[in-house]
Amino acid sequence: MDEFAVIDNCLMIRMPEEIDHHRCGYICEMADRYIVQQRVEHVVFDFEDTRFMDSSGIGILMGRYKKISCFGGKVFVLHPDRQIRRILNISGLGRLVEIVD
Amino acid sequence: MRNEMLLEFDALSVNESFARMAVASFITPLNPTLEELADVKTAVSEAVTNAIIHGYDNFWGCGKHGDMPPASQEIHPGRVRLTCRTEGDLLHICVEDKGKGIEDVERAMEPLFTTRPEENRSGMGFSFMEAFMDDLEVESRPGEGTLVRMHKRIGVGPWIDA
Repeated sequence: MDEFAVIDNCLMIRMPEEIDHHRCGYICEMADRYIVQQRVEHVVFDFEDTRFMDSSGIGILMGRYKKISCFGGKVFVLHPDRQIRRILNISGLGRLVEIVD
Repeated sequence: MRNEMLLEFDALSVNESFARMAVASFITPLNPTLEELADVKTAVSEAVTNAIIHGYDNFWGCGKHGDMPPASQEIHPGRVRLTCRTEGDLLHICVEDKGKGIEDVERAMEPLFTTRPEENRSGMGFSFMEAFMDDLEVESRPGEGTLVRMHKRIGVGPWIDA
């Protein structure tokens, strides 16, 4: 699976061009499988290719944050565009994840 | 100028992207900024997704179980009706379903309230519609369906964004 890679203790996820409810089930399911099976500590979401995201994207990030934060893990957000930043800020999730350009 | 369109489609998650793309194309003559376009697309996506997964309980999405719905899951044959009207620079969007309706609309509109936390829903749908549109009205009757009306004035965004 090209979109998912484990590097050291980080799970890297390359997010698709459009993130809506239709696409989010697959991402959540795969991410959780890696988190449990490979015991990753941190999760990195790369939004470089993403041009659209709705609240389903927030659901993906929030769900993963809940799963790893109690063990000291962090969620990183790479390359969010302006709209994704706004969505993160409106939802309050911007304060919980680390945003990296 | 007044212009109106009406779309009716099956309550399937593949149609979420179709619906927001259709609205985005429809409002092109209003010359929206990229930000306004993104706002409208997000709001439409939220409203249509709500109708599909909450109104009709068609939670199945392609990602989760492959391209075919699992045999155990019945697909609700319901439809989502999307009306979009422009009057001058004012955009009206109406998303309607004949699904199960909402018992407590006020509660449903609270940020982070969701009936499906186990399915990775964030509970931010109505908050996003409110944030990205100028105005939002929700009418719902349990057992009869839900109607979401949204308005937004297009072309008032900052001309050049710093």
